[in-house]
Amino acid sequence: MTTGAISPMTDSVFALTLALLLLAPLAIAGLALVNTGLGRSRAAAQSILGSLGIVAVAAIVFAAVGAAFTGSPEGARHSFLLAGKSWSWLGAGPWLLGGLNSDSPQNQLMLLFEFLAVALTAMIPWGSGAERLRLTSGCAATALLSALFFPLIAHWTWGGGWLKQLGANFGLGAGFLDGGGAAAVHLLGGLSALTVVWIAGPRKGKFPKEGLATAMPGHNAVFVLFGCFLALAGWMAWNVAGAVLWLHAPSSALAGTAVNTLLSASAALVASFAVTRIRFGKPDASICANSWMAGLVASSACAGLILPDAALLVGLVAGLITPLLIELLELAFSLDDPLGSIAVHAGGGLWGILAVGIFAPQTGQLLAQLLGIAALLGLTLPLIYLLFRLLDCVLPFRVNAEGERIGVDLHELGSSAYPEFVIHSDDSRQ
Amino acid sequence: MKYAGLLVMPAGFFLSIAALILFHAAAPRLIFVLCGLAVEAMGLAVAVRGHMEESRSHRP
Repeated sequence: MTTGAISPMTDSVFALTLALLLLAPLAIAGLALVNTGLGRSRAAAQSILGSLGIVAVAAIVFAAVGAAFTGSPEGARHSFLLAGKSWSWLGAGPWLLGGLNSDSPQNQLMLLFEFLAVALTAMIPWGSGAERLRLTSGCAATALLSALFFPLIAHWTWGGGWLKQLGANFGLGAGFLDGGGAAAVHLLGGLSALTVVWIAGPRKGKFPKEGLATAMPGHNAVFVLFGCFLALAGWMAWNVAGAVLWLHAPSSALAGTAVNTLLSASAALVASFAVTRIRFGKPDASICANSWMAGLVASSACAGLILPDAALLVGLVAGLITPLLIELLELAFSLDDPLGSIAVHAGGGLWGILAVGIFAPQTGQLLAQLLGIAALLGLTLPLIYLLFRLLDCVLPFRVNAEGERIGVDLHELGSSAYPEFVIHSDDSRQ
Repeated sequence: MKYAGLLVMPAGFFLSIAALILFHAAAPRLIFVLCGLAVEAMGLAVAVRGHMEESRSHRP
């Protein structure tokens, strides 16, 4: 077990970062609204209640177990020696947030950031399982994510783990850089979303025996687009707070980080607007919203590290690949991801992590970023699939056939989100 | 088939880590890490293919 050290934080920077972190939950609220709006009306109440429940479970489990495994850059950790270098693979902090009040202000803020990050991470697979994932299974999957997977990746990237140490140990730039959680939050969440889609299977009627996949449009475009506005406010605060905490950015770089976040989302939206206009003759609201989110996700890794012109390019690429990925995953790979969570979070997160390596000035940074991707993809995805598969044997992910027929709102909660409206005839027949 | 693909993926990760330890120059490290990522991509492709076959056989 070893410990590290970081320079202390001034009172004004502490106050600013705390204020930003108090705004960051808007990103979670935005994602919850987007998820709800993109699902059908028969699952709206379960979706939003599930989001709230997942935030609650994630917070409790992370406080009890996850925070200890995540550790902090200057805290105790489990390491092993390989090729003469120390490889820190897991934090060794106190259980149940022991010693929180006597910890340094910077560590307290880092912990708050991680609490918000784990909640956002867990909401991503919840979205991908929309309309068929059971509430209890979603909460159980969240507990696994918060106790095990998120702490592991968060320690590697933020808690002074081996990915962060790549710079000091192997001369790879500044080590793996991820200011806003493109890896620990979005790529991890996106990969979890993929496993949930694999395990839960497609919604009833989505892929008929013959012909193309059935279109199942979201029920409320206003929720979706207003969620995008909320997400922007939260993401700007999130990325600036991340730049202060994990990248140790000077105050002169903070406004630029927020501007880069906005530019990335804007370029993604414009690109997607153009792509869907050309592809379908009219711009598609849900795909444009997904691209906006993908632009925000991509900016998570790099907003604090790149120049505005590079941020525009990052957003542009995110906006071009998101519609293509959504279509590819559904039509070519038979993956029923109702909200596009895999494309937005895994795709956008991967691109953002890579963009840091491409645009950051340090030599060796690209290699550090590629190693981070290799770790998440090669080690975490099989592990998540294995544990989620085992969990599915104990607590089935998917609702039963009757639940799917009447809709998860009525089946799981006993009432629908819109009781005064008659359920759409197409919904009740499927 | 899906499990076979998922089992291949950690091999790609360990290949990438081996690059760090075995090589000191940047170019061979980068090539080795890219090879590791390619192995992971192949594993993922096999897993996705396995899922597609599974879901096709379960279609109503």
